[in-house]
Amino acid sequence: MFDFKSVTQKQRTLFILRVWVAALAVLMAFSLLGARLWVLQVEEHEGLLKRADNNRTAVLPLPPRRGDILDRHGEVLARNFLRYTLDVTPAEIDQADPFLERLGEVITVSDYQKKRFKRKLVEAGRFTQVPLRNDLSDTEAAFFAAQAFRFPGVQLRARWVRQYPQGEVAAHVVGYVGRVSEADEQALEAKGTLGNYRGTDIIGKKGIEKSWEHVLHGTTGIESVEVTARGRPVRTLHRIDPAPGEDLVLSIDMRLQRIAEKAFRGQRGALVAIDPQTGEVLAFVSQPSFDPNLFVDGIDHESWRALNESEDFPLVNRPVYGTYPIGSTFEPFVALAALTTGKRDADTRIYDPGYFELGKTRFRNAGMASYGQVDLRKSLVVSSDTYYYSLASEITIDSLHDFMKPFGFGQKTGIDVDSERTGVLPSTDWKKKAFKQKEQQRWYPGETVSVLIGQGYSAFTIMQLAQATSVLANGGDYFKPHLVKAIQYPASGKQKIFKEPPLHRVDLDPEHVRAVTEALEEVTVTGTARRAFADVAYPVAGKTGTAQLFNLKGSKYKKEDVEERLRDHSLFMGFAPSKRPTIALAILVENAGWGSEVAAPIAREVMDAWVLGEPPALEHYVVP
Amino acid sequence: MIGLFNLLLRGVKAIDWPLFLIVALLAAIGLLVMQSAVGGTDWRFADQSQYFVFALLIMWVVAIVPPSWLARLAPVIYVMTLALLVGVALFGETSKGATRWLDLGVARIQPSEIMKIALPLLLAWYFQRREQRLMGLDFVVALVLVAIPFFLIVRQPDLGTALLVGVAGLAAMYFAGLSFKLVIPVFVLAVAGIGTVLFFEESLCAPQTDWVVLHEYQKGRVCTLLDPTTDPLGKGFHTIQSTIAVGSGGLYGRGYMSGTQGQLDFIPERTTDFIFAVFAEEFGLYGALTLLFLFALLIIRGLVIAARAQDTFGRVLAASLSMVFFIYVFVNIGMVIGLLPVVGVPLPFFSYGGTALTTLAVAVGLLMGVSRQQSTVSAN
Repeated sequence: MFDFKSVTQKQRTLFILRVWVAALAVLMAFSLLGARLWVLQVEEHEGLLKRADNNRTAVLPLPPRRGDILDRHGEVLARNFLRYTLDVTPAEIDQADPFLERLGEVITVSDYQKKRFKRKLVEAGRFTQVPLRNDLSDTEAAFFAAQAFRFPGVQLRARWVRQYPQGEVAAHVVGYVGRVSEADEQALEAKGTLGNYRGTDIIGKKGIEKSWEHVLHGTTGIESVEVTARGRPVRTLHRIDPAPGEDLVLSIDMRLQRIAEKAFRGQRGALVAIDPQTGEVLAFVSQPSFDPNLFVDGIDHESWRALNESEDFPLVNRPVYGTYPIGSTFEPFVALAALTTGKRDADTRIYDPGYFELGKTRFRNAGMASYGQVDLRKSLVVSSDTYYYSLASEITIDSLHDFMKPFGFGQKTGIDVDSERTGVLPSTDWKKKAFKQKEQQRWYPGETVSVLIGQGYSAFTIMQLAQATSVLANGGDYFKPHLVKAIQYPASGKQKIFKEPPLHRVDLDPEHVRAVTEALEEVTVTGTARRAFADVAYPVAGKTGTAQLFNLKGSKYKKEDVEERLRDHSLFMGFAPSKRPTIALAILVENAGWGSEVAAPIAREVMDAWVLGEPPALEHYVVP
Repeated sequence: MIGLFNLLLRGVKAIDWPLFLIVALLAAIGLLVMQSAVGGTDWRFADQSQYFVFALLIMWVVAIVPPSWLARLAPVIYVMTLALLVGVALFGETSKGATRWLDLGVARIQPSEIMKIALPLLLAWYFQRREQRLMGLDFVVALVLVAIPFFLIVRQPDLGTALLVGVAGLAAMYFAGLSFKLVIPVFVLAVAGIGTVLFFEESLCAPQTDWVVLHEYQKGRVCTLLDPTTDPLGKGFHTIQSTIAVGSGGLYGRGYMSGTQGQLDFIPERTTDFIFAVFAEEFGLYGALTLLFLFALLIIRGLVIAARAQDTFGRVLAASLSMVFFIYVFVNIGMVIGLLPVVGVPLPFFSYGGTALTTLAVAVGLLMGVSRQQSTVSAN
């Protein structure tokens, strides 16, 4: 018979044995704690007590002054100025509400500031300063100073505040600073530089301010002070001065930048102008823009909503973040590809009846025009899409991809602002990765046709188009495009200038480059850009472009009929003077229609300003 | 009248008085220290008092519920908690780099906290069911049941809570009768592992060493513990300041509300994870040892309840919950006095926070439930 009782009894005995073992382990672990406590509180007591007393010295961070941002001639884009602030030591005030009420009799504190103050009060230690107001006027500061004795625990201080004197101009280049957020702190901790940000309340959030944060910020100093038992500083014991951040000299020319932004006349779009001999970015336009000053002390809700919800997306950095079809401005590069791969000669003639047929599909020229016999030169001058469509049977998408890649199409250019996008330079590989379904992964010949005229799957940034134009302009040198020309050391005024050899060279036959360049020159004389460049005083090479967003299905295109946001983008790419170019640029105006009517005139204004404008005064530059 | 009286009697009988006394004493000291840690008037003190009242209520309610009901509910509770943990991984709220909270609309909850209770409940139920046919495979099943929530919590990341959940599970397996042949090697391996880490500290903590399974911040915590002086302004600050606080307390302490480390804000997280430093600074070695003694009493009372329990469910549940208390205390005090790395484990009944207190109350209530069942059985 099964003795149930004895089994449970046996189980219980075994269990109790295990409980004893566990109790023994607990006892041992607690003894370990006890022993460690004895070591700390008896053996090391005196030393640690002394260290506790030494803790009466508090180490205060001395935040550095942030570096200025200047244009290539020294014009200021970002600087610091002094503002008065009110900080509160929580330990020395009573409850928050009565305190704020009392203070309110002397100085105005907005509801938002009150709310922020109370939230910070909860998080802060009792001796950490909590900011209450950080934008006191001189009058307010003087008024408070007279009343300060009534408010122990409230400190009036001066602090550096970031300011952008150019306002909306070049805002996407400079970017802005904002308060150090939790996410920023984590990123800094991961980099091991969080300590350097003690006492700093702002950090670069966008643009140069962000990408050059490590240079602009500087090194935080340290001041050890003796404090009373209540935590009040009595005297300074030791001090390491902060090292101010270094100034940045941009390659941007603010005169050119202003002319370029103005030339957009309120229309949405992007422009990048590059010095093709160095890769220096001379103008970098993203329209519409915003006022970076709004962000410095934390943007208010209404302004944020206005910016963020605007249909014009003023916060989007269009030249690097916007990816567009670039239309015919792609054709000079396709022409070069045809020459380089030997598929066509400069004088090969193609008959252009106004369309190209592939199977049953007709691909039409823009504006339903037909141009008859077309060679390479004429194809660019009149902008014959058919000339390029017909290449589809001669060149594969992958060889086109391989030719375009070293120009920077569909690649990040690595320019020193944040949020640059890659875009799409289509290839069979790309399509395999981009689509999930087997059927969609296949590359169809008709798709090559669209890509050849800068449409279809291709999507590039204006930065990429400008960079490719620059490579074409100088005959094949790919310089890394950059916005920061030099670092300027604030103490000595000396500069470290960035001058680097090209990253790589695109292997091009000078004869081919000359053929394309001459055709592009003709574009501005008798071609699509002739009106915009009438009576120009220097030779200009360029190409207009009109990029379709809307499938017209063979119907005649009428501006008025198409909804504004679906209208074509107006584009221009070009360089001047075409013999030895000093400027290469790319322009896109969103939904503005023909490239020749909108983008080309902007290019004229910018090129005139650069090529004919007052030669920049370079004398004051100190070369180390 | 009589019905009400009976109900009251049942309520009073539900309470295990020795356990209640120990917990009440700990809670009273905890509130006292909280008062000092917050430095006079502060909302945290009022909050914590309210949490205690609420926790008392929960403890009592849980104590009244018959353990057999809980045993039946255990799998449901476990599965639901697991679902919530998965929910956290998918839609949780992230704060300070960790995703631990789930907003259910009505309330924000921290499922990992519930798991500390749900796991011992489930394992107790499981081992009860398999009582007469227990075999090796059962322990493999149990290990899987422990491992799933453990890794979900590690991923959040929340090493402290994961540690508590893991220990609760392993303890349950141990008390259910896992062979000593397995327990001893695992234990030896763990001790040897920690020994190796201590020995090879320098190369392990070199910045280029990647710890694969652990996050960078977790590596930082362990390395800082091994040598706090490497980062006195950053990660080592916690350990350095808390050991100074504890050490400066000496034998008798610096007096209530008079510890400079605590009162001048040098102890970080002084109302939560590092509250023991405030206590030890102000009450000294005698105070600290008294507190250790009280916690030891709590754990022993829990083990006694387990030893007297009539069925496997009660035994495993009570014993593993006692070990959870033990790990809480050991890890928390160990990290404050620089014995263990800084992992986020609060000190039971001391650290500020309603969620943790609620979990503790449920645990105490469960112990009381098991204890009552045993007494009713013996009364029969």
